[in-house]
Amino acid sequence: MLQFLFNDARRDEDLPAGMVVLDYVRRVGRCPGTKEGCREGDCGACTVLLGEPNGARFRYQAMTSCLMPIGDLHGRHLVTIEGLNGPGLNAIQQAIVDQGATQCGFCTPGFVVSLTGFLLGEAPLTEVEALAAIEGNICRCTGYVSIVRAVRDMLAALRDKVPATGDRLPALMALGVVPPYFAEALTRLGPVTPLPPAPPGAVIVGGGSDLLVQQAEALAGQPLRLLSHEPNLRGLRERDGDLYIGAMSSTEDLLRSDLARAFIPDLEPTLRLVSSQLVRRRASVGGNIVNASPIGDLTIMLLALGAELGLRLGEEFRTLPLARFFLGYKQRDLRPGEWIEWVRLPAARRSYCFHFEKVSRRRYLDIASVNTALSVQLVDGVMRDATLAAGGVGPIPMVIPAAAGALRGQPVSAAAAQACAAAACAAVRPISDVRGSADYKRLLLRQLIYAHFVELFPEACPVEALC
Amino acid sequence: MLRNVDTPLHVRGESVFVDDLPEPDGTLHGAVCASPVAHGGLRAIHLDDARACPGVVRILTAADIPGQNEIGNIIADEPLLAECAVHYVGQPVALVVARTPEAAREAVTRVRLDIDEQPPVLDPRAAAAAGHFIAPPRRLVLGDVDATWAHCQTVLEGRVDSGGQEHLYLEMQGAMAVPDEKGHLRVYSSTQGPTAVQRTVARVLGLGMHAVQVEVRRLGGGFGGKEDQATAWAVLAALGACLLRRPVKVVLRRGEDMRMTGKRHPYSSDYRIGLDGAGKILAFEATYYQNAGAAADLSTAVLERTLFHSTNSYHIPNVRVTGMSCRTNLPPFTAFRGFGGPQGMFVIESAIARAADACGLPAWELQRRNLLEADSVFPYGMRVYDPRARRCFEEALARYHWEDWQREAAAFNAANRRFKRGLSAMPVCFGISFTNTMLNQAGALVHVYTDGSVGVSTAAVEMGQGVNTKILRVVARTLGIPDARVSIDSTDTRRVANTSPTAASAAADLNGMAAQLACQAVLERLRGVAAALLGAAGRLAIHDGRVQVDGRATDLTWEQLVAAAYMRRTNLSAQAYFATPDIHYDKTTEQGEPFRYHVFGTALTQVTVDGLRGTYTLDAVRMVHDAGASLDVLIDRGQAEGALLQGIAWVTLEDLLFDAKGRLMSNSLTNYKVPDLHFAPREVDVAFLEEAGNPRAVLQSKAIGEPPLMYGIGTYFAILSALRALRPGRPGVYDAPLTPEKVLRFLYA
Ligand SMILES: Cc1cc2nc3c(=O)[nH]c(=O)nc-3n(C[C@H](O)[C@H](O)[C@H](O)COP(=O)(O)OP(=O)(O)OC[C@H]3O[C@@H](n4cnc5c(N)ncnc54)[C@H](O)[C@@H]3O)c2cc1C
Ligand code: FES
Ligand code: FES
Repeated sequence: MLQFLFNDARRDEDLPAGMVVLDYVRRVGRCPGTKEGCREGDCGACTVLLGEPNGARFRYQAMTSCLMPIGDLHGRHLVTIEGLNGPGLNAIQQAIVDQGATQCGFCTPGFVVSLTGFLLGEAPLTEVEALAAIEGNICRCTGYVSIVRAVRDMLAALRDKVPATGDRLPALMALGVVPPYFAEALTRLGPVTPLPPAPPGAVIVGGGSDLLVQQAEALAGQPLRLLSHEPNLRGLRERDGDLYIGAMSSTEDLLRSDLARAFIPDLEPTLRLVSSQLVRRRASVGGNIVNASPIGDLTIMLLALGAELGLRLGEEFRTLPLARFFLGYKQRDLRPGEWIEWVRLPAARRSYCFHFEKVSRRRYLDIASVNTALSVQLVDGVMRDATLAAGGVGPIPMVIPAAAGALRGQPVSAAAAQACAAAACAAVRPISDVRGSADYKRLLLRQLIYAHFVELFPEACPVEALC
Repeated sequence: MLRNVDTPLHVRGESVFVDDLPEPDGTLHGAVCASPVAHGGLRAIHLDDARACPGVVRILTAADIPGQNEIGNIIADEPLLAECAVHYVGQPVALVVARTPEAAREAVTRVRLDIDEQPPVLDPRAAAAAGHFIAPPRRLVLGDVDATWAHCQTVLEGRVDSGGQEHLYLEMQGAMAVPDEKGHLRVYSSTQGPTAVQRTVARVLGLGMHAVQVEVRRLGGGFGGKEDQATAWAVLAALGACLLRRPVKVVLRRGEDMRMTGKRHPYSSDYRIGLDGAGKILAFEATYYQNAGAAADLSTAVLERTLFHSTNSYHIPNVRVTGMSCRTNLPPFTAFRGFGGPQGMFVIESAIARAADACGLPAWELQRRNLLEADSVFPYGMRVYDPRARRCFEEALARYHWEDWQREAAAFNAANRRFKRGLSAMPVCFGISFTNTMLNQAGALVHVYTDGSVGVSTAAVEMGQGVNTKILRVVARTLGIPDARVSIDSTDTRRVANTSPTAASAAADLNGMAAQLACQAVLERLRGVAAALLGAAGRLAIHDGRVQVDGRATDLTWEQLVAAAYMRRTNLSAQAYFATPDIHYDKTTEQGEPFRYHVFGTALTQVTVDGLRGTYTLDAVRMVHDAGASLDVLIDRGQAEGALLQGIAWVTLEDLLFDAKGRLMSNSLTNYKVPDLHFAPREVDVAFLEEAGNPRAVLQSKAIGEPPLMYGIGTYFAILSALRALRPGRPGVYDAPLTPEKVLRFLYA
């Protein structure tokens, strides 16, 4: 029995845990304000808020409901646009109306919910963050110009009335941005019985952002092991300088983590290139690895950082270098029922320079044509050690030893970059597909390897020498 | 500024779209079984496995159709369900009706089609070579190009390609049909053309049109994609409802919608352009191979508009343009905002970009020297009415300090090796009216109720373009009452009959006029009542809900007047009809005045290209646009901004890809990218031309839906100009969309 708060009322539902929240909301819950635009996380029309108990109240995040199994709702608060409406228009809604930032209106509830999530969240009330909160919401009508204007209006209307940091819920309630029942949401939910443990053979579900896109229908009837109810798999910690990333940590957790940022200095702008905030909140690190997409962004970064996996099957535990995890196209060294517990980045890599490059048709919320990451250990201007990983150029996310070999022992120079790129391009076998022709991907890999050097070592590798 | 009347509902998620309608008890769900093959004979349809699936109620094929199996609108060449042949991947073959959408979809996967596969034709030039045309080629001729080439100092020839474009209206296609006790049908459809749906349902079911009522509340975006392409799904739902006597709903999923429906036409074209020594274009010749897909749909009309816009905003004395609608084995390509205009303009702009190079002039200078003159004649024989091309162009250059842009870009480019800026100007001249003269008609029904509130129905369909708000404004202004007293009702074929689709940017023009005429008819009767009540002989008017005599307010309110009129047995309703005057066109001579007027404007664009990664960012687009006397600045600005980004994306980001077997590869939002917030230009400025009233449309306004889309073409040429700054002397590419792949190949291949 799934027990959760749906808008202002508690629900006890005996439904398959794999049912998609979007379908639940529209068909069982009869709340048609949440729209279906794609069922694959790419439009944001289905955005809802998910509140997770956090001390005395829920902590809310906006997410796409089409990527969410209802099993994830257990013990949580699901909020749709219907659950946000007050008697009149709130500050977000008013700004959108005033600026004409809605035309056909189909995308609009999603924008309102995303912006509500932003206000309820912890990010500073800046325009950049507000826009990041709606980067996963597609609007086909407005061209976004009016939406940006509305966001500015909204911020201006709220800035002095809402605390810049800390808990903004009371202020937002007082202003009518969220309705009063939010104050007693936990009480309204009431007691919750823990879910029984998943039976053996259950399908492991992380954020569901790959599984629900690929096989939502098949999932509905199967027993599931929902990792979102296993808090021990989530979060980052440091031991002996090594960084341990819980497999169920979301990409957004990683982006916001001080520990991770200390490990990889320009992590934040890099991770902003991965899907959208709405999806990053669901997309787990473990899921990215196990999905084994040849162009998984996190996987490529982790490969270049020399990551190791901690894998568990019941009492059995083993570790495995990530580079050895991928055996062939979508083939991995993973036994039935086995799961990734954590990903470890070795302390030694802290001293390396790291850079990630990705080119996709659309810069944000798109799968790469080619992505690549490089980590280099530099001692007295000489490259002692290096790892180069590249995606989209073969059947698996690849580490290319020959490319790193071309760097080892060399001083940083444009010539070294060229040798590295040449070795990499000779080692890869891209295929032509919807993300580009094979020739293009090879050429792009070369250019992105040059970009690594131009970005990391602008002095030793001036762009003039490589462009 | 009046706000769009729908927006308070939108922001609360309370606006109802077809899939949100409460389903009557017993509603069944249809899923479409479509051809997986682009071309072949359909030998047999095996339904046994599918019928055995749980929840399946019935599976319908062509054999179940009681009337004609025909949904073609302009040309009757499109079956609702395939009979003995399939012509594109995604062509509907059967409809599975089941208790839930999931059950219906599951059963669709169990239908087995026996198709003997034949090689598909996918390329329009190959189709033309094989003589596969939708209709005979069309040709417009002005002056004498053949005699002119010899007098030109520069003559250039080239080929230009432009890709298709998925509409990606955010709301998918869908309909629900509900039968009544007589077996008549009420169809809720997400369509831009309610009458087309009504007519087609009637034809397919063998019913009179009076037995079919089509109602449209609003669309979650249309952009032309729900003009003819919405019909099939509504007819399928109606077919199910008619045969099963139960409500049937058919709502496509995104992947189905992308695979099964038509998009903007891809074109491949050849041109020749000739100029004199002063950079004046003397002659232009072009042949357009339009990829029409497997059925006519609106292709011939789209092609006609391409020909009409082949010279864009330019005065060219000698023109010969030929267009061919080529039949291929792809989904029937269809209307998309701009309707062939963008494809035509992309060719002339490509020719100008190359000619500018050859003449040693910047493209914007060449554009400027050739803008329409007061007495210019278009290749279709129409003299331009009140041309504002030059006004817009000059005002854009001045207002946005074009010289400063150029100076800054040159300085930036001189200082940077990796990043280069590119600039472009893009003038647009777009003709307003359906090119098919017959369609330029509209109706309105106005009821004034006894409490003074007013209900209005027209033929216009609201799809976010704000047409209801504009009509509301026309009604309120005409009657002299507050906006709040007026409600614009849904579009319903029982209230307003025989309607034209909401398309061609003309809905507010046509329906606004019809609504105005209906209001005037009621007003005329009310004035008579007021004169009697007040015993006044002066000039009677209503303003702010109060009757005025000779401009002075009286005590008589609108409400009192209406109530009194009712007591005196006055007709408080009016139906009115409007047909655009003075337009005509003769297809045999290819001469006439197909347009009531033109919309003008110019946009200036700046982009930055990263020469290392082969990517680009859109820095700014600034336009001066002729909206006439805008009916609503907020709505018109939104139309300009939204259309602009769609146009930009057509030539840059949106890459419609089919494989060699005619299967759509860009078949999901993952594979087909439309702009997100970050892709949009950092700055967009929209300035409306001032003192620009237009006596030829309602309340001096101008249509706005489509024209600004074509400003987006400027982005292509801005990127190209940055590329040529990176690789001086390299010949340009004229093959939209200019994706990052094409950019990198240009730089390094
Ligand atoms: C709209 C959209 C955009 C995207 N954009 C990007 C992008 O830009 N870059 C990118 O790299 N990816 C992208 N993805 C892919 C996806 O988000 C990532 O692969 C994500 O990290 C998957 O994590 P998840 O937790 O959602 O996986 P799930 O869908 O939950 O699981 C994926 C697979 O991993 C298994 N699994 C999950 N966790 C574990 C575990 N701990 N141990 C063992 N098995 C496990 C599951 O059984 C399943 O087989 C995108 C996806 C969507 C829908
Ligand atoms: S429906 Fe598009 S993101 Fe969920
Ligand atoms: S308003 Fe139509 S999609 Fe955004």
